[in-house]
Amino acid sequence: MDSNQAAKQHSLVGSEADSQRTLYPYVTGTSVVALKYKDGILMAADMGGSYGSTLRYKSVERLKAVGKHSLLGASGEISDFQEILRYLDELILYDNMWDDGNSFGPKEVHSYLTRVMYNRRNKFDPLWNSLVLGGVKNGQKYLGMVSMIGVNFEDNHVATGFGNHLARPLLRDEWHENLSFEDGVKLLEKCMRVLLYRDRSAINKLQIAKITEEGVTISPPYALKTFWGFSAFENPTVGAEGSW
Amino acid sequence: MDLKEVNLSAPHSMGTTIIGVTYNGGVVLGADSRTSTGVYVANRASDKITQLTDNVYVCRSGSAADSQIVSDYVRYFLHQHTIQLGQPATVKVAANLVRLISYSNKNMLQTGLIVGGWDKYEGGKIYGIPLGGTIIEQPFAIGGSGSSYLYGFFDQAWKEGMTKDEAEQLVVKAVSLAIARDGASGGVVRTVIINSEGVTRNFYPGDKLSLWHEELEPQNSLLDILNASSPEPMNI
Repeated sequence: MDSNQAAKQHSLVGSEADSQRTLYPYVTGTSVVALKYKDGILMAADMGGSYGSTLRYKSVERLKAVGKHSLLGASGEISDFQEILRYLDELILYDNMWDDGNSFGPKEVHSYLTRVMYNRRNKFDPLWNSLVLGGVKNGQKYLGMVSMIGVNFEDNHVATGFGNHLARPLLRDEWHENLSFEDGVKLLEKCMRVLLYRDRSAINKLQIAKITEEGVTISPPYALKTFWGFSAFENPTVGAEGSW
Repeated sequence: MDLKEVNLSAPHSMGTTIIGVTYNGGVVLGADSRTSTGVYVANRASDKITQLTDNVYVCRSGSAADSQIVSDYVRYFLHQHTIQLGQPATVKVAANLVRLISYSNKNMLQTGLIVGGWDKYEGGKIYGIPLGGTIIEQPFAIGGSGSSYLYGFFDQAWKEGMTKDEAEQLVVKAVSLAIARDGASGGVVRTVIINSEGVTRNFYPGDKLSLWHEELEPQNSLLDILNASSPEPMNI
């Protein structure tokens, strides 16, 4: 279903001639980080919804299952992410109604999202999100990303926002084929900890999700320990009073 | 004061402090009562807690016009929905209707809303719908310009499983604290309590609220102060 038609049908008040465009985001989520491991995909995101510089909402779920075979993580404007989830609900519903034994895998969902994001970008009315789509179908692992301007690609590890600058170097160094579940989780936690130290929109409450051939599991929210015990932290100005 | 530069034709905006809190049995909604046009207080006793259905109310903040029109449309749709459904609408449905309008018109509207109510399926529920049209269910929600001063307060004072009276006292205290520091909030504190038994509206005029830091007990006149303590009257 054409996404613009869907948007117009939902518009109860604005005139059809007005082109709606998200000019700037209001409530935003920060980085999502994901990697392929032995049995499937691992994805992590914190539960923060920032309102400008205020850390306003601290229980926003930014990782969601899509159908039987996919997992979607989003950063950016939360209201647009909620709208994307509605579009995907409808997509999966229609897919189920065919009742033909087939179901959309992660490649199909990624392709759909890419089309939606790119077409909105062409109308100067973007959905202000960076999306990470991962999944497994018939033994094939898939991990991809779509940005708000429709740039899309697949890789063994992806990240959005700050994660691109802080997490991907770590992933490039330490990722390898056939990571175990434990090693994958530890690597993601290492990335999330760095983001917690260095991204001011990050909060210490996160979820890690895994998707395998068996299905999706999203962990309950939890917090990471942080380390502050460097002597340089305790006495930063020793020997140079007046500096910082 | 720069009389030449004040804009008396500025759009009516409810600077506002709005709050919604769940307790064990229902919800308590609270708000201040100031509506300002630029720096002038256009209405010092507005009612920002508006009824959507018998069991669901909404706290309005931001542009007065925008929040009024959104709540009018939602009331209209909910009324028809209730007739079709044959029973009271749920809080979730009301909140999602508000979201639909807020999201679809995100570029034109400037209003943050808190929807709260009670239904027989889920009990008391609070939904925050900030600018942009995100919908987020919360055990408590704060909004409006005055809410900036309340994040720390609620982090410390909020507890799960409060009684109705504890919840209402918390709301009144919080709005009152926000009024003390936010120029765009003021007037009286209004509360609405919604539970299985129905809806109760309460009114706390400014002079009935606690005094905070650097606030003084209101007097009728200096003369009363002078007459009260005769020996040393003028001691500044």
